[in-house]
Amino acid sequence: MHDMSTHPAQHHHTAPTSFIRKHVFSLDHKVIGKQYYGLALIAVYIGMALSWLMRLHLGWTNLAIPGLQWLSKTGAPGGVMTPEYYLQLMTMHGTIMVFFVLTTAPFAGFGNFFLPIQVGAEDMPFPRFNMMSFWITFVAFIILMTAFFVGDGPPLSGWTAYVPLSAIGAAAGPGQGLGQILWAASIATFCIGQLLGSLNFITTTLDLRTRGMTLMRMPLTVWAWFITSCMGLTAFAVLLPACILLILDHVAGTSFFIASGLVVNGALVPHSGGSTLLWQHLFWFFGHPEVYIAIVPGVGIVSHVLITNMRRPLLSSKVLIGCMATLAFLSYVVYGHHMFVSGMNPFSGLVFSFPTLIITIPATIIVLIWIGSLYGSKIRINSASLFALGFISMFVSGGVSGFFLAQPSLDIYLHGTYFVVGHFHMVMAVAALFGIFTGTYFWFGKMFGRMMNETLGKIHFWLTFVGTYAIFMPFHYLGFAGNVRRYQAFVDDYLQPLIPVHRYITVAALVTGAAQLIFLYNLIHSRFWGPIAPENPWEATSLEWITTSPPPFDNFGGKHIEVFHDPYQYGIEGSTNDYVMQNSPEQIHTERDEK
Amino acid sequence: MAKFFAITIVVIAIASAIPIVMHMWPMPQDISVHGPLIDEQMADTMAEAGISFLAAQFILAAFIWMFSNRSREAKIRRFPGGAMGLVIAAVLLVGTEVLALGVFGTKAWAAVYFTPPSADAMPIQVQAGQFAFYFRYPGPDGKFGTIHPDKIDEANENFFGLDLTNDPAAKDDIVAAEMAIPVNKEIHLLMHTKDLGHSFYVRELRVQQDFVPGLDLSLHFTANKIGKYEIVCTQLCGLGHYNMKAYLEVMSQDDFNTWLKQQAANQ
Repeated sequence: MHDMSTHPAQHHHTAPTSFIRKHVFSLDHKVIGKQYYGLALIAVYIGMALSWLMRLHLGWTNLAIPGLQWLSKTGAPGGVMTPEYYLQLMTMHGTIMVFFVLTTAPFAGFGNFFLPIQVGAEDMPFPRFNMMSFWITFVAFIILMTAFFVGDGPPLSGWTAYVPLSAIGAAAGPGQGLGQILWAASIATFCIGQLLGSLNFITTTLDLRTRGMTLMRMPLTVWAWFITSCMGLTAFAVLLPACILLILDHVAGTSFFIASGLVVNGALVPHSGGSTLLWQHLFWFFGHPEVYIAIVPGVGIVSHVLITNMRRPLLSSKVLIGCMATLAFLSYVVYGHHMFVSGMNPFSGLVFSFPTLIITIPATIIVLIWIGSLYGSKIRINSASLFALGFISMFVSGGVSGFFLAQPSLDIYLHGTYFVVGHFHMVMAVAALFGIFTGTYFWFGKMFGRMMNETLGKIHFWLTFVGTYAIFMPFHYLGFAGNVRRYQAFVDDYLQPLIPVHRYITVAALVTGAAQLIFLYNLIHSRFWGPIAPENPWEATSLEWITTSPPPFDNFGGKHIEVFHDPYQYGIEGSTNDYVMQNSPEQIHTERDEK
Repeated sequence: MAKFFAITIVVIAIASAIPIVMHMWPMPQDISVHGPLIDEQMADTMAEAGISFLAAQFILAAFIWMFSNRSREAKIRRFPGGAMGLVIAAVLLVGTEVLALGVFGTKAWAAVYFTPPSADAMPIQVQAGQFAFYFRYPGPDGKFGTIHPDKIDEANENFFGLDLTNDPAAKDDIVAAEMAIPVNKEIHLLMHTKDLGHSFYVRELRVQQDFVPGLDLSLHFTANKIGKYEIVCTQLCGLGHYNMKAYLEVMSQDDFNTWLKQQAANQ
């Protein structure tokens, strides 16, 4: 791949003038990044509200939740959630969070805003595709939301939408007709948006780096977004046809996923010849890389922010990049660990379990590199660095439960229990959320020109760090006790004694959720009334900090940027500051440079 | 604040470990012949995971404590061994640990899935359907009658769609809403689903297996403790999923023979 020592051939689209072009249908990657972030912000609060409803119902099954009947008269008569409505809310919670929050904010949100700036480019090479990618994602969100309000509501088959429950239509249950079709249409649309976005990320990284910006001089965030977009291109390309096949089984009389001889609701299902496990293979071939798509940008952001706040580079950026790439590669060969008891050939189970265990190694190396880099550093404590350090703790906690689930013999006991739910919430949901918070507190000033309030940020951190542990650690104990997941109530003899634990979790969830309103307040208040952000408030070195806060339309005000060394020149002996900007021609100790 | 953060991490780590160490919500007692292999694997994994978890959190906390609030003149120090040392340590330690778990865990997995049922294992068929389990015993002829999906008639309690008029093998089949088995007798459980995906889970037996539409799967196991246990569905199957269960009764051979005779009389 060539280093752009000649001036890169870029689009020089002129600055927009109309309101629509500036803020709505914008070609500017920065606006698109903020639009994605805004979409994720709306989605996360909806997803969180859904989780509150779920947790209230799990603690107190017959509780009348005031106002719920306005969302659904049939789903919550008198405000009391029906069993099917619990599952419908649960399905939407998972779908909204995984797709519209965890895939959107850390990758499409921050990536769109900062990737071009961090490689010294004016914009991405396909600004129209980029604009389309956001609006297609937005349309996907609207399609999903309509499922709440049409027919008998959203689907109840979970974000995993296993067949044939999700394929045979309305006979299988409420929401399984139109609701399921809308779900599949939404996700298929989302895939298209992601494919367009990934295309832009990859081409920006490979072709639009400025003079002197070799691949090894790119910040770790750029590497993370680049690796994520490679995964995105291949993983979403499989989910898209899977969703289309699912829709066809609903509307075109096909039987991709429906076997013969099934009797549902007293009637023989008029389909035959399909494969139940086919959906699971297609879904998880996408699904496992998807969870790495959710977490790898966070790994990049946390590395980037930690380095700035440790005032020293990582022990080895190359090793971290190698580990992210290894995680991405291995993510394709481990997906069967979601299917150990699915009826898949048990020998395949063993085959999938070995790379699943091996994937622990690059994940461990990443954590060790971070912890080893903390040694002898000069840690600065602020909201961003607190969340970055909290990410490490949370990633370890969530990752360790993976030891158990990677082994098929233990999965016999733990599959389908709260142990799994605890594992993925900690290692993916909470950790990725911490990555988003890290990025927000770090980059808000640059994006919006005003700094966030540090006191509120720290309060937000403390309540969230302790709160998420308080919520999700007990999930593992419930799992060991055999508490099955996706139950709307606990009626079995052995589950009833566990209800007090669920009630405790509900209280923890409500308190921690309330703390997120502090974050929302901080965002909104700071956006309009926060202190003006300087160009480089963190004394950081990468290219986003050499331009104004916020950056001008073309990122660098027409300046041609040249880069002279790697992006993490901190702790430099003999320099007046303890850092050197990436575009500074100042002669420095070159041993630290990794070519 | 850094020191307080370090302490918080340590407190959370210890608090997380306490319920495990004190067996506050333990796995139920194992009642199966293959169970001890799984339980041993679980205990080994818990020890390794527990040590890794505590060590990582404590070291993270220690470094946050030690390396915050340092003066501007303080020197940056490099971790002994640098990145390569950590990479080698991770590959050797974690690699050995996970390979050991993987290799030894194969035995537990093989005990369930790679050994065929013995020739004198007792066959029982379980049918899962929204939202109940039904069990079928082959009767004196030792043969199960054919399932005809179009003949399924729940109102008349023909849950398996048997052709009682024309199918001789079906005439002596015994259908029950709960599962009884003799203790210390190997069972060959044939799994069939009427409509969509379900799963068969008995915690104490250490078995879990999905039902797959279109695939007839089976499990085999031997229960070695008399008692009453719950069978629950663990694969989301619709609105009644939470309530889809049946009882498993493990009885002495004599009690089982009596039970089976009573069920036959009730057909």
